[in-house]
Amino acid sequence: MSALGVVGGVVQPLLVVAGSPLLIGVLRQVRAKLEGRAGPGVLQPWRDLRKLLLHKESVTPRGTSEVFRYAPLVLMATTLVVAVVVPFVTTASAVDPVADLFAVVALLALGAVALALAGLDTGTAFGGMGASRETTILALVEPTLLVAIFALSVRVGSTNLAAIISSTLDDPARVISPVSLLAAVALIVVIIAETGRLPVDNPATHLELTMVHEAMVLEYAGPDLALVELASAMRLSVFLGLLANLFLPWGIATTATPLALLIGVAALVVKVGLLGAALAAGEVFLAKMRLFRVPELLAGSFLLALLAVAASFFLA
Amino acid sequence: MTDARTLTPTELPAQAESLLAKGFRVALVAGHDDGDKLRAVYLFTAANPDRRVELHIPLDKNNPRVPTLAGLSFPAGRFEREMRDLFGIVPENHPLPRRLVRHFHWPQGWYPMLSDAGTPPAFEDVAGPYPFRTVEGDGVYEIPVGPVHAGMIEPGHFRFSVVGETILNLKARLWFVHKGIEKLFQGRRAAAALDLAGRVSGDTTAGHTLAFCLAVEDAYGIAVPDDALRIRAILLELERLYNHITDLGALCNDVGHGILNTQAQRVREHLLRHNDHVTGHRLLRGAIHPGGAHILNPPDLDLLADLDADIIEIVELALSHSVVRDRFTGTAVLTRQQAADLGTLGYVARASGLTGDARIDHPFFDMGGTPAEHTHTDGDVLSRFMVRAEEIRHAIALVTRLAADVRDLDATAAPGLSPVARSGVGIVEGWRGTIVHRVELAPDGTLTRVKIVDPSFFNWPALPVALADTIVPDFPLTNKSFNLSYAGNDL
Repeated sequence: MSALGVVGGVVQPLLVVAGSPLLIGVLRQVRAKLEGRAGPGVLQPWRDLRKLLLHKESVTPRGTSEVFRYAPLVLMATTLVVAVVVPFVTTASAVDPVADLFAVVALLALGAVALALAGLDTGTAFGGMGASRETTILALVEPTLLVAIFALSVRVGSTNLAAIISSTLDDPARVISPVSLLAAVALIVVIIAETGRLPVDNPATHLELTMVHEAMVLEYAGPDLALVELASAMRLSVFLGLLANLFLPWGIATTATPLALLIGVAALVVKVGLLGAALAAGEVFLAKMRLFRVPELLAGSFLLALLAVAASFFLA
Repeated sequence: MTDARTLTPTELPAQAESLLAKGFRVALVAGHDDGDKLRAVYLFTAANPDRRVELHIPLDKNNPRVPTLAGLSFPAGRFEREMRDLFGIVPENHPLPRRLVRHFHWPQGWYPMLSDAGTPPAFEDVAGPYPFRTVEGDGVYEIPVGPVHAGMIEPGHFRFSVVGETILNLKARLWFVHKGIEKLFQGRRAAAALDLAGRVSGDTTAGHTLAFCLAVEDAYGIAVPDDALRIRAILLELERLYNHITDLGALCNDVGHGILNTQAQRVREHLLRHNDHVTGHRLLRGAIHPGGAHILNPPDLDLLADLDADIIEIVELALSHSVVRDRFTGTAVLTRQQAADLGTLGYVARASGLTGDARIDHPFFDMGGTPAEHTHTDGDVLSRFMVRAEEIRHAIALVTRLAADVRDLDATAAPGLSPVARSGVGIVEGWRGTIVHRVELAPDGTLTRVKIVDPSFFNWPALPVALADTIVPDFPLTNKSFNLSYAGNDL
């Protein structure tokens, strides 16, 4: 465990926790401005969290079990571990063996599955409906996620994310290779699906019957809901950070000097912020697909990921 | 112009059948309490030329029974159930003799519209189970939604029987908000009841006020000046405008295309401010009164022309968006046959290829011109979207044409001293469809009975029919494309 890794392991989770609600705020604000609305300001998600944490109480529905109570913790814990280990700010990982492609994807899937189980555990029609839809999407998202990142690992010869990112830093030309481009497009599609953005899910809807993510968490209240909301925001940051660093790792700290770390933090904030703003700007032009069209979209992204893997063998 | 006939109950079915065969539709059925007797009134209307026939059936107060017309007309069957719940008039051999209006907690045998009903009694325990049709089979489950919803929606309970995401059966349970508004009219003079008429359904102020005024004027035999009629026609179209553009935006919003909703909301706000400019009220309240109408300013035609261009752009953007169009096309189809059988009205009917429109069928003023032409009549969400878009353009053109001839912004006929007839009927094409009001007056001019029929009463049963085989996530979109009133339905 290097000093750089330890510093990264401390700075990254702090940055992700503090910054994720702001990222959501930026997304909403960008969208509001583009639609000609005033918008509530980028701090609104933090205000909402403060309200939920300090002024509301958790309510556990009758008949629910530990699954329901622990799901927000599992979701938060898995996301936090990912925030600690994945090289976001520093190229070295705090816990290098966990910064593995398969481990990280499995951790993220674990959080999503925990929430889907909690949705089922409530026993309500909406919880079950949301869980069923989420699982459908999850089942199509995870393989693509694995295959897309795997395509990048082939030429490195390692599934360690730190190794993949370092090798891109050493050889920038790789970014514009067919492998990278195909994998990037596949990743962007699955990230949109996984984090519940348009055109797969509408994060702004109030209509229970159309919800995916929101339907699963309908029964949460107070601090529990705050935890779910915060963790969901962190998942979006983590996914965008992963996307940014896999394809555009520049700025990431390679030494433990304060300046390098500062640049690393700034680079991550700028990259994720820009990606988020681009996502929000893109959403203005999109509409939500018919639910049964979503698998077609995800199948397409899986195909791109497969092509990326094939290309990485043939073009290597 | 109404042809009133008094019949015995046994003569009713044959008369009704012959009227329906001649192209009449059941526009209104209402119970009346005449003190020593009850009376059922059936209003049949037909278009081209405008014909209205009333059948009066005096009934014994101790055993009020009428033969059911449910086999002849679906809406009649629903009116009969409403009449039974409010007056205790029993439709004999009704195929679906369940309660309709009667709230779960009302005591059995308490009929709120009878003159001796007294104050509403305290709520009782739930009177028996509310039977939902259970659908059984592998993987079938139920989704109960409401009556309290996540958004700003009126109360309605929806019970979906679903397999996977496909709706097998939907039961809409309404009637949570009975206000007794018809009873509030009783004992008032027409002028004092005007505000009530404007509040039957908040988004249909001009439509319901006008229908009420037409009914009163019919009873008094008042001839309203042409300028007042023009103003009324303009107000009716202004109401159609702001409601239709709201729906166009909301439909886009329900498929997640928020920017068009924001733009539609902007146009709506301009229209509401324009309403305020014209009448002094954003929802057009207070402009129409018995005998006339008055406005503060003529419509701002330049503004309407600008908004027309904006609306055209919004509609074009929506239709050129492939996902939006995909979500609209073929979703929740109400076939022409279904629409006709259920007696649907307004844009719901026109989107399914029917042509009923009270502006042409029962004109209170000859506006000239032709009705809006509809390019999409497949009965899906896209058709209901397009019908609204086309009606908006038609309405703006109509307002522009009518406004040119308005000379007198405050035109009122001399009020009649006493009613020349005991009753009057007012028929208006509100933005949702045909609104019918029927009033009865005492010789001194106080209202003894007002029956209100909002088009939502006819259109609600069409929603579950259209939703069969639609997927659950398309329900909010479909619901919005019908956009039915709960308040106008449950009086």
